[in-house]
Amino acid sequence: MGKWTRRTILGAGVVAGGGLIVGVAVRPGNIASEIGSEIAGDNETLVHVYVKIDADNVVTVLVPHSEMGQGAQTALTQMLADELDADWSQVRFEEAPARKEYAMYAAGRGYLFKNVDFADAVVPSIDGMMMKVADALHMQVTGGSMSVRVTGQYCMRVAGAATREMLVKAAANEWNVPEGEITTADSQLYHQASKRTARYADFAVAAAAITPSYTPKLKSADEFKIMGRSVARQDIPAKTDGTALFAMDVQLPGMVYATVRRAPVFGGRIERLDDKAARAMSGVIDVVKLPAASEQGMVGNFSTGESVAVVADSYWTAQRALRSVNISWRADDNGGVSSEAIFEQFSNDIDAGTERATDTVEGDTESAFATADQVLQADYRVPYLAHTCMEPLNATAHVSDDGAELWVGCQNPLGFRHTVAGALGIDAERVSVSNHFMGGGFGRKAIADAAIQAALLSRTVKRPVQLIWSREEDVRQDFYRPAVLSRFKAALDKDGNVQAWENTYVDKHEPAEAPLIPYAVAARNIGHVKSPTHVPFGAWRSVDHSQHGFFTESFIDEVAVAAGKDPYAFRAALLKDKPRHLAVLRKAADAAAWNTPLPEGRGRGVSLQESFGSIVAQVVEVTVVNGETSVDRVVAVVDAGFAISPDGIAAQLESGIIYGLTAALYGEISIRDGAVEQSNFHDYEAVRMAEAPEIETHIINSGADIGGAGEPGTPGIAPALANAVYDATGVRVRSLPLKRFDLNYRITESEATS
Amino acid sequence: MISFSVNGTSQMIDVDPSKPLLWVLREQLGLTGTKFGCGMAQCGACTVQLDGRAVRSCVTPVSAVAGKEVTTIEGLKGENATLHPLQHAWIEHQVPQCGYCQSGQLMSAAALLAEKANPSDDDIDRAMQGNICRCGMYGRIRAAIKSAAATSSTALFYNAAQVQEQEQEQEETSHG
Repeated sequence: MGKWTRRTILGAGVVAGGGLIVGVAVRPGNIASEIGSEIAGDNETLVHVYVKIDADNVVTVLVPHSEMGQGAQTALTQMLADELDADWSQVRFEEAPARKEYAMYAAGRGYLFKNVDFADAVVPSIDGMMMKVADALHMQVTGGSMSVRVTGQYCMRVAGAATREMLVKAAANEWNVPEGEITTADSQLYHQASKRTARYADFAVAAAAITPSYTPKLKSADEFKIMGRSVARQDIPAKTDGTALFAMDVQLPGMVYATVRRAPVFGGRIERLDDKAARAMSGVIDVVKLPAASEQGMVGNFSTGESVAVVADSYWTAQRALRSVNISWRADDNGGVSSEAIFEQFSNDIDAGTERATDTVEGDTESAFATADQVLQADYRVPYLAHTCMEPLNATAHVSDDGAELWVGCQNPLGFRHTVAGALGIDAERVSVSNHFMGGGFGRKAIADAAIQAALLSRTVKRPVQLIWSREEDVRQDFYRPAVLSRFKAALDKDGNVQAWENTYVDKHEPAEAPLIPYAVAARNIGHVKSPTHVPFGAWRSVDHSQHGFFTESFIDEVAVAAGKDPYAFRAALLKDKPRHLAVLRKAADAAAWNTPLPEGRGRGVSLQESFGSIVAQVVEVTVVNGETSVDRVVAVVDAGFAISPDGIAAQLESGIIYGLTAALYGEISIRDGAVEQSNFHDYEAVRMAEAPEIETHIINSGADIGGAGEPGTPGIAPALANAVYDATGVRVRSLPLKRFDLNYRITESEATS
Repeated sequence: MISFSVNGTSQMIDVDPSKPLLWVLREQLGLTGTKFGCGMAQCGACTVQLDGRAVRSCVTPVSAVAGKEVTTIEGLKGENATLHPLQHAWIEHQVPQCGYCQSGQLMSAAALLAEKANPSDDDIDRAMQGNICRCGMYGRIRAAIKSAAATSSTALFYNAAQVQEQEQEQEETSHG
């Protein structure tokens, strides 16, 4: 109980033999000594909380982030290994266990970040993630495109360099030579004068007794050997032969299966329940009412209604039995809410300026509008979106008198541990979490609702329970990218120069800078109003950028058109003080041959969005025939400062683009009678092979602070697509998804009226 | 009792005949490489081969496979665990991200290549249209299928050329 066994589950970095377990501590000494017995296996030495070295000189990096497809575990390992001067062919990684030593707070404010200057771009995020949360000690979050730019830069590189210094110090003591005369390369120590060499493994035990430095000397970019290389991801072979283990693949002795249905109207309750037919079915073990649940905190903040679950000998039995349960739900006040009513409420609240708060106010917008030659106004909107990870939500739990064991694939293992402990009313020390590969995460798997359900079910039936949500439940009980209305107004002078930019929208989350624009507009007033709905919010890949990227980059295109200018040239002219942005935009325009004309029916659109510390420009080419849009090609350029793994960042761009394209073309969760109308991939569609455009990616290593990779590809695809549709048809798409537009009708209409 | 073969091994299973093959594979046979994604043949994560044809196991009642040969991702490797050319290509092109859909993608692609050694883009579109990848790795999947096809057909071509050479040698020998 409580023993971390992830190592054997993941299969990476398993080392044979029996032997040493040594550790180090942080304050004072080396914290690894306290946790070494749990984390180091046979013959391994935990030299630093993030590094183990075994007797065969294999270096294993403990990565405090989980894997949902983004490949950050490999990139983080590259960062540590490079600073350590490790032999890459002898480097492995394991996911760190759900322990407080690997919490972001401990890793960050607790010690490693002490005396470290943060990059300006990440300070608000770090403070937001760590300091605004009362329970920051329980956060081990993978999200916010933070892994490489925060954990990588401030933990993994520091840990690698510190461990190298500890090994050098240990060798210097033993050899009785100055530390400065010892060099390192490929997991070896050298002392040239005395012609002595040793493997890191030879000094691992001695090094582990040394206190790691918080501020070791880090390499400069020209000294990188492993960073900046496209290395093969270590998790990929197992993902081609069925051996990669996801949480749903866990099978325990005596395990039974469950599935669940929560009140369809968010926050609803069970009024009456008739489960006679279900209980009579062969294989059904129990029908269980699950209480409403809630949890506070910036990440993992949620509240849910009541649920009914069936526990049975098979998921299939449970699913059929649940269908036969007759449930009357009580929806209270929200039973009449519709998407139309929600957008009407948004519009009213924007009109009324309800509790308007400003993101930025610069210059004098009022006088700019008063003296404008042309005032442009537009409302933009996006619907709610579900995450639809390929792997539907699931969790396996075994709750007994000894405590609770959880098998999950989640974005916050430590947070899950504490949340589930809270739901069970037991001490977190009595909950163990085995985290697995996630079959997609995108923000959804930071919330522990299914894990709580599984734990409560296991406690009720006194057996290990694997809870699997149906896809329908997954779509209807998500925590959604919010529906948003955003109202714009721009002032142009007689030469087509934009003098003022005014924007008011509903629903503000993170990152705070999402609605800001990089363009040189003298007067701006950007703010938001409160307009709460009963639909639960969740972080969705790129969070607020997912809507504001579409809004601002579409409206700036409208402004360019109104000014009679080319959308690319118009943007470029407003970026004279933003050389990084301009370089990215130019590169995209050049690579896409922006100025070459396209035949009738085809169009080209551009977007530029900075998010999570990275700048991305996209040029999209579309063909619109008989009102049907096909996306032919996407050229994407990213400046993430420095690409740790160029192929990794390219893959993330491709992924973010397709994720955003699915939303732009098809994504819509609509609300009727207080509940979600969609249910599965037939009515909540995804881009498939035939619709997927050719994607060409380019990387600029500007040398700026390292930016994120997982999310920045997503915000720019919708506006570039909408702008391309405008270019092809003259129809301005101000509302997503595109499938709702009858481009055929609009074309006919515009021709008839022109 | 229903009997069928899975990856070359005969199975006799006492099960409700209407239970979907997916759950028999996962729950009863412990073959968890085949994934649950939607339960209504919309996403392809559960794709297996039935007598060499790609089918969605989440909507295939186990009764429908009686007496037939089922191949799952666990059976895609060749003798002595040699990787299938597609598995090689998947690694070479670094296709998977989260990896959850990839068993289904590979089983669909393998069925395609078995039928058409050199598929066109349209063939790939048609054969792969039932498999969703929410990580959006379609470009890499397409490239990997083509590169596996090229490797396989190069190998075939190479073998054919060798055979031809040998035949020519034999001919020359017999003429000489």
